[in-house]
Amino acid sequence: MIAFNKYYNHFNLLSSILIVVSLLLLIFKGLNFGIDFKGGTLIELRASDSKINVSSLRDRFNQMDLGDVSVKKFGNDTDFLVKFENNDNKKNILEEIKTNLDKSFGNNYDFRRVENVGPKVSAELLKSGVIAISLSLALMLIYIWIRFEWQFSLGAILALFHDVIVTLGVFSLFSLEINLSIIAAVLTIVGYSMNDTVVIFDRVRENLRKYSDIKIFELTNISINETLSRTIITSATTLLALLAIYFFGGEILKGFSLAMILGVVFGTYSSIYIANTVLVRLRVSQKTVLREDDQK
Amino acid sequence: MLYFSKLRILFITLFSVLFILIASSNLFKFDDNFFDKKINLGLDLQGGSYLLLEIDNEPVIEQKLQNLTTTIRNYFKEKNIKINNIKIENQNIFFNVMENDKQSVLDVFQDENSDLNPYYPRFKSHQLEIEDTGLNLKVNFSRQGLIKLKTSSQDQAIEIVRRRVDEVGTNEPNILKRGNNRILVELPGLDDPMRIKSLLGKTANLTFRFVTNDENDRFGVEKLKFEDGLEEATVSKRIIISGENLLDAQPKMDTQANQTIVSFTLDRVGAKRFGKATSTGIGKQLAIVLDGKIISAPVVRDTIASGSGQISGGFTFQTATDLALLLRSGALPAPLEIIEERTVGPDLGQDSINAGMIALAIGFMLVIIFMFVKYKIFGLITNVTLIVNLFILLGVLTLFEATLTLPGIAGIILTVGMAVDANVLIFERIKEELKDETNNILAFDGGYTKSRTAILDANITTLLAAIILFFMGSGPVKGFAVTLGVGIFTTLFSVYFIARLFTSIYVSRNKDKEKLI
Repeated sequence: MIAFNKYYNHFNLLSSILIVVSLLLLIFKGLNFGIDFKGGTLIELRASDSKINVSSLRDRFNQMDLGDVSVKKFGNDTDFLVKFENNDNKKNILEEIKTNLDKSFGNNYDFRRVENVGPKVSAELLKSGVIAISLSLALMLIYIWIRFEWQFSLGAILALFHDVIVTLGVFSLFSLEINLSIIAAVLTIVGYSMNDTVVIFDRVRENLRKYSDIKIFELTNISINETLSRTIITSATTLLALLAIYFFGGEILKGFSLAMILGVVFGTYSSIYIANTVLVRLRVSQKTVLREDDQK
Repeated sequence: MLYFSKLRILFITLFSVLFILIASSNLFKFDDNFFDKKINLGLDLQGGSYLLLEIDNEPVIEQKLQNLTTTIRNYFKEKNIKINNIKIENQNIFFNVMENDKQSVLDVFQDENSDLNPYYPRFKSHQLEIEDTGLNLKVNFSRQGLIKLKTSSQDQAIEIVRRRVDEVGTNEPNILKRGNNRILVELPGLDDPMRIKSLLGKTANLTFRFVTNDENDRFGVEKLKFEDGLEEATVSKRIIISGENLLDAQPKMDTQANQTIVSFTLDRVGAKRFGKATSTGIGKQLAIVLDGKIISAPVVRDTIASGSGQISGGFTFQTATDLALLLRSGALPAPLEIIEERTVGPDLGQDSINAGMIALAIGFMLVIIFMFVKYKIFGLITNVTLIVNLFILLGVLTLFEATLTLPGIAGIILTVGMAVDANVLIFERIKEELKDETNNILAFDGGYTKSRTAILDANITTLLAAIILFFMGSGPVKGFAVTLGVGIFTTLFSVYFIARLFTSIYVSRNKDKEKLI
């Protein structure tokens, strides 16, 4: 048996630091919102001429008065991602760009993807993303509140907040782009993290009913160990699937799978070191579950 | 938990085979209608354009209020009530009446049978609201009145948008209402939406009006620019004929002048008015105005009574074709703005499909190898289940002709990774049971029973997340929610029926074997 409980305090401290740092990052550095949430235009461009590179593209686009322009390589050497603000939401901006690029590069390039999100839509998308995440947290809270005692709910929700905040913190730290698919990833993380916590909690409650003489400090450790191989195997297969998406699923899914990978790692960690420690700190005992059983 | 009746085995087999067949209909062509279903590919996979248009209702409201001022004045004139100082400000109409007329004006507006101010019994609301500010009377659209106005302009706009898109002839466009002032246009297979965008961006409000030098024209005048933006002309506000009077418009080649023109045919009313105007206006310049810009202003040489004519204005064949198309499909009730556009080229779509399929294959292989190494024979059972599960998932998506997007493929891969969870929970529980239980059958039974609540909890939480995503997400992300959500059900089915069936067969044949798992 591994003595997970020996490190409860250490990891609680670590998690607290992680959360504080993440919050500070989110407040002071903020998130790198993509055009979905900030508005603007994105062009994925494939070049068939070596003359076309990041700097020549940047030169071209900067001449066009499009506001803040960012040009990046996208995946391989011939693909580029160009983003700009397009603040005035100019109507024929794409035609203008094409004519302009034609002058320098002829026909040796191709727009593979164009996305243009107006300011009104991006504000709405951001709002609905925030609502979706809040709603999912609320629903999880309600679900776990119905299924478990309040001490468990608190533990699970703290673990969820930890996972969401720290994942976003990492995105802020490395200035990774937040777009619609990241919101999908965060929601899936919420589901996954909850799933992981619930499996351990289920066992904790079962053991609480079984043993009256074991303290919660020991009992959580027993429960974690009993469910450990499941925790490891499920995390492993999920991570294998996600790694396959990350490395082979193409550039578009990179951010999504990265967020999910982070979420699975944090989710597994938090089920053990946050959710359970809340039970310990709240001194959950056999009485807690039996009382609830009586009421039912 | 381990007992299966013959009937149940038959049912499980038939059910699985059915879905495998449905899933395979994506690859093969079936004559049968039932099997000839396919998973739709989302725009991000097959390439195409997604355009979200917003109707700018401000001009419509302004116009309606403008008309209303005349209506109000005339309506009360008949009742011998004089309306003074009528004006429009911030979408409100203000006017004054004599103090002793005030109540009767208010009564007219608040009468449920009033023909001036329609009453909607269903919403218990009038079209217009009136308020006595003390200084004057204030009339504006009620909430319900505004909604009616918006939905009616949306209805008209969507019809025009449909006609224009159809005329261009893209395959299977999808045109839907969004809210009460937006229209969603999905154009699969279209990799360059510029032409459609420019067609949808034009209101196509066509009028024929005389050019005048008389600043005191009875109808008022306005200065309008020519299409090329260089010249200007003063044009009367009196409309001779408008786009509504057109029956048909076609691009033509004028061989004499060697230029492309748009020829048009007028309806009866239009022909009559056009004839009259051209007979009285010989020698005058007739401006052809489209969306506030003058296309051309030819001098009237003859009376045109035939009801047909032509527009010239230095068109190329393409611009003439587009103008004719716009005129045929009619004017939009209000300007449209493209507030969101997402276009994916077909080769990127194909690349995404390929990448998604490779990721799926590799992810699948990794999980299968892992499970086999970890659980041997039970790993094999899990793996067979996983494959059947994948087919059932694809079968369900095919049956409902769901739309598969790139994130949707990610959802399938993720389902593969998470689907083993239920089996792992069961197997691990069985292992624990076997520590105190020597009877294999009882241990397996116990493993299945005792792991049930954890499995249920775990799947419900994921399902909740998928449901929220489905309702809050848009486009590609919705596809992710669909595959993730459907995957939960197919996983539970395959774990509790297929995997359990195999397990029961294996366990009952090896009842007395030790260390079974």
